[in-house]
Amino acid sequence: MEVLQLILNGLMAGTVLAVPAIGLTAIFAVLRFTNFALASHMTIGAFAGFIANTTFGLPIVPALAAAFVVAGIIGWMSDEFVLRPLRASGFVTTAIGSIALTIALENFVRFGFGNQMRGYDLPLRRDWVISGLRVSPQQFENLLIAIVVVAMLFAFLSMTRTGKAMRAVADNPMLASIKGINSDMVARLVSFIAMGLAGLGGMLSGLDTTIDPLVGFRTILSVFAAAVVGGLGSIPGAVVGALVIGVGEELSLLVLTPAYRTAVGFIAILLVLTFRPRGILGQRAY
Amino acid sequence: MEHYLVAMGVTAGIYALMALGMNVIWGMAGLINLGLVGFFAVGAYTSGILTLKFGWPILAGIAAGTLVASLFGVFVALITVRLRGDYLAIVTLGFAETMRIIMSNELWIANGTDGLSGIPGPFRQALGPHAFNLQFLAIVIVAVAILFVLLQRLTRSPFGRVLRGIREDEQVVQVAGKNVVMFKVKAFAVGTAALGLSGALYGHFTSYIAPDLFAPLLTLYIKLSLLSGGLGNNVGAVVGAVLVVFFLESTRFVIPYVPELSAVQGAALREILIAVALLLILRIRARGLIPEKVGDFPLPEPTRASQPLKP
Repeated sequence: MEVLQLILNGLMAGTVLAVPAIGLTAIFAVLRFTNFALASHMTIGAFAGFIANTTFGLPIVPALAAAFVVAGIIGWMSDEFVLRPLRASGFVTTAIGSIALTIALENFVRFGFGNQMRGYDLPLRRDWVISGLRVSPQQFENLLIAIVVVAMLFAFLSMTRTGKAMRAVADNPMLASIKGINSDMVARLVSFIAMGLAGLGGMLSGLDTTIDPLVGFRTILSVFAAAVVGGLGSIPGAVVGALVIGVGEELSLLVLTPAYRTAVGFIAILLVLTFRPRGILGQRAY
Repeated sequence: MEHYLVAMGVTAGIYALMALGMNVIWGMAGLINLGLVGFFAVGAYTSGILTLKFGWPILAGIAAGTLVASLFGVFVALITVRLRGDYLAIVTLGFAETMRIIMSNELWIANGTDGLSGIPGPFRQALGPHAFNLQFLAIVIVAVAILFVLLQRLTRSPFGRVLRGIREDEQVVQVAGKNVVMFKVKAFAVGTAALGLSGALYGHFTSYIAPDLFAPLLTLYIKLSLLSGGLGNNVGAVVGAVLVVFFLESTRFVIPYVPELSAVQGAALREILIAVALLLILRIRARGLIPEKVGDFPLPEPTRASQPLKP
C-alpha cells in the first residue's frame, strides 16, 4: 500500500514537473542551448502568482495565468536583451551567461521580497481518502491543471500554424528558413512560452508547500533530470522523463531520507548519460 | 586593518588557485564546469576530515584533498565528455548540488549543516592569530607561484597546444590523430586538482567548513576572475582573482552606506552587481585586462604550391 501511495504521489508530482521540463526542452530544441535561467523564471512565476493571489485576491487559476504571463514576458525580454547576443559567442558563453542571469533575477526577487517563506492564500481542505490512498485536493487540482496545460501545448504544437512553424525550426532551422519561417519570431515565441511554463511550474510546485527566492533553484535539478531522462529536445520525452523522475523521487523515500530527493535526479542523469545518452525519446546527444 | 588585509590576501590567493585551475578547463580546453564549488568542497572536506578525525599530517591531508577532487573530476568528465557540452554543464552543476546535499544531511561524514570546526592549521597555536595569518599568506603565495609556474609550462607544452586546439576546433585535432576524449579528461583532472587544493588550503586557513560555504555563487566569482583577468591566460587568472576579491570587498564597504537597505537587500544587491558585471563582460566580449597571447607560433609563409590559383 505504501508503495502504491508513493507511486501515486510520484505521478502527481511528475505531471507538475513536466510543465517546466517542457519549457526547458523546448528552448533546447529551438534555440539549442540549456537555459539555466529557467530556475529564476520559476521563482518569478511563483512570486507573480503570489502577488496576484494574496495582494489582488485572485483565485488560483487566474493567479496561475498571471504567473505564466509575467514569467513569459520576463523570459522573452531576458532572452532578447541578454542571452540572444551571447549565443553568437558559443554555447559555453551562453550557458555561463544564463547562470549569471538566473542569479541576477533571483536576487531581484530577493531584493523585493526578502528570504522568508511565504504561502499562498488557499482554503483549508481535508485530504481525500479513496480505498486507502490519500490524495490532497490541492495535489489533485495541480494534477488537473498540469494535464490541461500540457494538452493545450500539444494541441498548439500540432494544430496551429505557429506551432508547426516552431516544430519546423526545431527540426531543421535551415529548411524552415528556406520555407520562409521567421526564425527570430519563433525564437521569441519559444522564449515566452517556455519561460511562461517555467513560471507556471514554479507556482504549481509552490502551491502545496511554501515559496522563497530559492524555489526555482531547488527544483532545477529535477527539471533538468526530467528533460535529460526523456531526451533533451523532445517534448513528449520531457513528459515521460518528468513522470519517471517524479515516481523515482517518491520511491526513493523507501530507502532514503526526503533530503535526497534531488540527488535522485542527479543519479538518474548519470545513469541515462552512461547507458542511453539520448534519453528515452531523444534523437541524439552529441 | 592590517589583519583584514592579510586575510583578504589569503582569500585572493585561494581564488587565484581556483582561477588557475578553471583556466585549464575553460580557458585552455574550452570545457564548461559549472560545479566548481563541488570540487572545492571535496578538497576542503577530504583534507578536513583526514586531519581532524584520522590525525593525518596537514600536508598529507592537502595532498589527499587535491587527489580526491581530481578523481571526482575524472569521473564527471568520463561520463559526459563524449556528449554535447550541455550535458557537461548539467552534470557538473548537479554534482556540486549533490555534494552539498550529502554534506548537509550526512551527520556521520562531517556533522551535516553544522559543519566541521577545529580543522588544524600549521602552527596555529604556536603563532597566534596574527602571525598565523601572515604565515598562511606566505604559504598561499608560494602555492600560487608553484602552480603558476607548472601551468605556465603546461600551457607552452605540446599538451597545452593540443588543449587550445580542442578549444578552437575539436575535429581538426581529431584529424591530427590526437585522442580528444583523453585530453579533455586530463584537462579536467588537472583543473579539478587545483580546485581541490584550493579547497583544502581554505579549510586549513579558516579552520571551519560547512555546506553553506559552497554555494554556486563562488563559481560565478571565479568565472568573473577569469573573464576580467583574461581567459586562457595564467597571469590573467591571478590578476583577475585579486581584482574580484577587491571588488567584492569594496562592495562590502559601500553597500552599508546606501540608505534604507536591509542586510538581505544589501547582499542581494551585491550578487546582482556581480552577475551584471559578468554579463557585461560576456556581452562586450572583452578579452580581459591581459588578453591571451595568440600567434606565438607564426604561421608558415605560404609556399608556391599552396597559394591559391588565380583565375
